[in-house]
Amino acid sequence: MVTTRKSHFAKGRLVDRNLAAWLGVAPFFIFAAMFLILPTCLLLAGAFQDDHGQLTLQNIANLARPDIIKSFALSLKISATSALVGALFGFVLAYAAVNGGVPSWIRPTLMTFSGVASNFAGVPLAFAFIATLGRTGLVTAALNKIFDFNIYNAGFNLLDFWGLTLTYLYFQIPLMVLILTPAIDGLKKEWREASLTLGSSAIQHWRYVILPILWPSIAGSFLLLFANAFGAVATAYALTNSSLNIVPILLFSQIRGDVLHDPNLGYALAFGMVAITGISNLLYIVLRSRSERWIK
Amino acid sequence: MKNSNLGAWLAVILGALYFLMPLVATFEFSLRLKRDEYSFEAYRIVLSDPVFQSAFTYSLVLAIVTIVIGILIVVPTAYWVQLRLPKLRPVVEFITLLPLVIPAIIIVFGYIRMYNTSSFLPLTQTVLGTDILLSFGYVALSLPYMYRAVETGMRSIDVGTLTEAAESLGAKWPTILLSVILPNIRSAILSGAFLTFATVIGEFTFASLLNRPTFGPYLQLIGAKRAYEPAALAIIAFVITWACMGLLQVAGGAARHANGAKK
Repeated sequence: MVTTRKSHFAKGRLVDRNLAAWLGVAPFFIFAAMFLILPTCLLLAGAFQDDHGQLTLQNIANLARPDIIKSFALSLKISATSALVGALFGFVLAYAAVNGGVPSWIRPTLMTFSGVASNFAGVPLAFAFIATLGRTGLVTAALNKIFDFNIYNAGFNLLDFWGLTLTYLYFQIPLMVLILTPAIDGLKKEWREASLTLGSSAIQHWRYVILPILWPSIAGSFLLLFANAFGAVATAYALTNSSLNIVPILLFSQIRGDVLHDPNLGYALAFGMVAITGISNLLYIVLRSRSERWIK
Repeated sequence: MKNSNLGAWLAVILGALYFLMPLVATFEFSLRLKRDEYSFEAYRIVLSDPVFQSAFTYSLVLAIVTIVIGILIVVPTAYWVQLRLPKLRPVVEFITLLPLVIPAIIIVFGYIRMYNTSSFLPLTQTVLGTDILLSFGYVALSLPYMYRAVETGMRSIDVGTLTEAAESLGAKWPTILLSVILPNIRSAILSGAFLTFATVIGEFTFASLLNRPTFGPYLQLIGAKRAYEPAALAIIAFVITWACMGLLQVAGGAARHANGAKK
């Protein structure tokens, strides 16, 4: 009798506690639904509706317009190049700071700086590159003065593909350093010693030990960097003032004033962007779980 | 071995050149407003511009509101997930990572469609409504950083024991959260707050598309109109970012210290 009452009491309290817990997390889920999930879903649903709200695939098909194809191609090119160069150089830099035998103060300096630079994106970054490599920028002027070499006559333009890529690298490389350093830390000294004992050369050690272990991390980070560049608006907008028609800039103009003259095509454009960043993030998650097998 | 050392040095020097050059150039450029001499005239003009002052103050207030709302949403969630609802952890973690997957421009486009003047909740109709929308939008943008910081802090303390101890002394859960959990994860919350601040203070896309006069759109406007002031503003923005990251490290160091002392 007594035990039943007691367990009843405990059960009641448990329900009470769980209720409190669910009430405690409720604001989070309401917030996420209202300001993250529903707006995105509603927007993406618009990509599959016509003016009267009927289901259609016409908007997606309309993405095949030459100007839209061109902006997707340019966006993919800039994102892929800045991610590739960022991943490679970020890897080399991180590896140099961790295992390169440079003075020990370089590593914490690089990490702190990477934290700052990966957050120093957007409008101010564009200003910095205009002051550096713009037509009257310091480096442009210095090259002109010292080597009598005008980079603009040689075909460089800060407001073009290479200029934007070079600017994006300022946050891509530091991001790579931050993501990859833990993976490089996970390379054990014993593996190097084991390779040496077995008589392998440095190249063989890289080819058969380091790269097979690190490649999922490197490839995964590449995808993350790619998605990061693909969604960026502010840097490109401040740098080129919407003259360079990459997808986020096109979408920005579309939201401002329906430049495509078709609101539903705008939703389709948004869908295309989410599809690309979504897929690259999904692949990143797959690769990350692979890399975690070795690096604990 | 010598060879790999040389390569490492080369990488470090190349990296230093690439990263320091724009900073040096921007600083030099920002001093060139007066024709014949270096001066801080561009900084003086910017700092005394009333539009700058109002835009910066506005962003400052927005950042603080965002941080407060973020803490109010994230701390209880992380607490209950840790204590009673561990099964929800993957779901909550997935949601907090969404802002890294969905570009900001998509989220704000969704807001404009969902909360427009003819919708069920016409937030964009009034200034106050838009400000509320912008603050919650910034909470969403900074969710990955805030949640991860708070969650790490929560894992480093024994939430279960602390809660039981407080309960046995008769505390109800608001008291537990406010006077037991919160002080114990103070440095983690600070880390999240500084990252949020760095994200919000110069944010451009949300503010510009919701037509709010924050610091980000102001920067863009000055960039389109002026020559030397943007460089001065870039240096100011860089110093702010640097300060946030510096304070972040101080907060992180304090957290490690507290953990070390506990063990």
